[in-house]
Amino acid sequence: MAQATQDTAIRTGRITRTLIYLVLLLFSLFYLLPLYVMLANSLKPLEEITGGGMMNLPQVFTVEPWIKAWSSAQIGVEPTGLRPYFWNSIKMVVPAVIVSTVLGALNGYVLTKWRFKYDTILFGLMLFACFIPFQIVLIPMARMLGLMGLAGTTWGLALVHVVYGIGFTTLYFRNYYAVFPTELIRAAQIDGAGFFQIFWRILLPSSGPIAVVSIIWQFTNIWNDFLFGASFADANSQPMTVALNNLVQSSTGVKEYNVHFAGAILAALPTLLVYIVAGRYFVRGLMAGSVKG
Amino acid sequence: MGFLDIDNATKSYGSVEVLHKVDISVEEGEFLVLVGPSGCGKSTLLNMIAGLEEITSGEVRIKDKVMNGVHPSNRNIAMVFQSYALYPNMTVGQNITFGLEMHGVPKADRDKAMIEVARLLQIEQLLDRKPGQLSGGQRQRVAMGRALVREPDVFLFDEPLSNLDAKLRVDMRTEIKKLHQNLGTTIVYVTHDQIEAMTLSSRIAVMNGGYVQQLGTPQDIYDTPANIFVATFMGSPAMNVLPARVEVLNGRPHAEVVLHDGSTAHLPFSQDNLATWAGRDILLGVRPETITDMDGADRKSSNIANMTNRIVVTEPAGSDTFVSMQLGGRDVIARMRSDAEVAAGQDFNFAVNMEKAVAFDPESEMRIVP
Repeated sequence: MAQATQDTAIRTGRITRTLIYLVLLLFSLFYLLPLYVMLANSLKPLEEITGGGMMNLPQVFTVEPWIKAWSSAQIGVEPTGLRPYFWNSIKMVVPAVIVSTVLGALNGYVLTKWRFKYDTILFGLMLFACFIPFQIVLIPMARMLGLMGLAGTTWGLALVHVVYGIGFTTLYFRNYYAVFPTELIRAAQIDGAGFFQIFWRILLPSSGPIAVVSIIWQFTNIWNDFLFGASFADANSQPMTVALNNLVQSSTGVKEYNVHFAGAILAALPTLLVYIVAGRYFVRGLMAGSVKG
Repeated sequence: MGFLDIDNATKSYGSVEVLHKVDISVEEGEFLVLVGPSGCGKSTLLNMIAGLEEITSGEVRIKDKVMNGVHPSNRNIAMVFQSYALYPNMTVGQNITFGLEMHGVPKADRDKAMIEVARLLQIEQLLDRKPGQLSGGQRQRVAMGRALVREPDVFLFDEPLSNLDAKLRVDMRTEIKKLHQNLGTTIVYVTHDQIEAMTLSSRIAVMNGGYVQQLGTPQDIYDTPANIFVATFMGSPAMNVLPARVEVLNGRPHAEVVLHDGSTAHLPFSQDNLATWAGRDILLGVRPETITDMDGADRKSSNIANMTNRIVVTEPAGSDTFVSMQLGGRDVIARMRSDAEVAAGQDFNFAVNMEKAVAFDPESEMRIVP
């Protein structure tokens, strides 16, 4: 076998191979450069940056900018650092991700295993929700939040993200459950399991891979959202992204670039972390053995 | 009133009727096989008994209780699926006891029942494994264990052996038959494999195009098929069906058949009242094993006819030798002993056991009842 694959593989000489790797290396350097700049400059005192030499490694190594960005930098009018807004973001993202994923899973379950009249039309409409631009819903959403008494609260923001996310999560779970063997559902019905028991005991335990996809997608999108945060949150419920903008925009004396860099990394860290942690469970093959294989 | 009654059951999807007034009554302890080509409605009928598909009109009764509209879990049935449908996230033990758990049976009783079933099916050592770690045959056993543990009134099998390889299929077939003999349960079994149907059943319903073509014991179906469909569907190789003409010679009806060279042979019927068809065309049905050499002919038969015809091809198959010839303008297959001395191109003296021959009306394709 090994012989055969070698014969059919594209043969590349040593020189071509070196060239390919060189180009790849160049590209990766190009892409990693911004991260380097942010990291290097967040770890040096402000004088080193203003003195020129953005590309240099820090001569005096300091974590002061990180501490300042986290706990004492000027955000708008308050010298609170990013900390309270970080928690605002967490309080918004966690419920929004969980609720939208669970609802998406339920929708997917009903749309594939409990078919009803016009279910494909309903699904089509939900898909349409994925493509509605944010800007269109701003004003009606503001009005709705006002009517519900949720304007300017973290809960209101979470609700907005749940509603906006359901289209995507439904799409994921519907497509995943569409190939889930219906015989399993029928076997569970004969065994006497009810609607939610089937969902909870049979379907959900087999949904690992798609749940991870949905969680990564929702977490990244909601955490990184700026427009909804800027539109619907007040000073006390602002998420991290809006606070970061205010940190950078606050003009009291000098621009502390090192603090800005540190703040930007802080704001990006959770999404990176989620991807690294959850990505490990991004595995296939959980369905093995249920049916003929 | 049987144990399981299917009473004028009809199934339609919109305006399309896929199952037409099916009427079957199954006795307690009976092994009924629904057999037919794909799309004949046999799985639909099974799903209607299970309650997974609604009945458009008619009734399904189990122990005289009408089951229309009763939830599948409340019918006291168990089903073995073609794909086994084992829950992938549960162990074998959990798979087996899931139904009991859903019906609120206490844990101690569940475990006791599980051990009993596992012992019966010899899967005790597998109880802690996940379905993904099992071979096809083991999965099959677990699926049966899941059905057995509930001690249902009726077992439903939906092509349970079609995913197994040939050897395992034969083994499991024997095992299912043994299980049925030991437990005396009532079974409805769907298959498209006519050999499975013949070997397992106490009665067979042959289905085609949404109709039950014939309902009877395996022997009935094999020897006196109701029509040409049943005749050719059941049996392998299929029954030879060839054009013939009824001629009365010496007061006895004969089938006049055309040999390879255009001459004719006259084979006497055992059924005297076929004389009413004198001078008319029929379709003659003869099973391959009823055409042999003279030495291989059935000694108990009272009606062995002779004809000399040319052999076109011989196919030795170990236990038998299949011989094909031209008869009535069709390819006809004879099944001989493996030591019959036959060769292609030879003019051979065949013995035809006309006691087993059947005649069909070429118009209606129904068997002419003597």
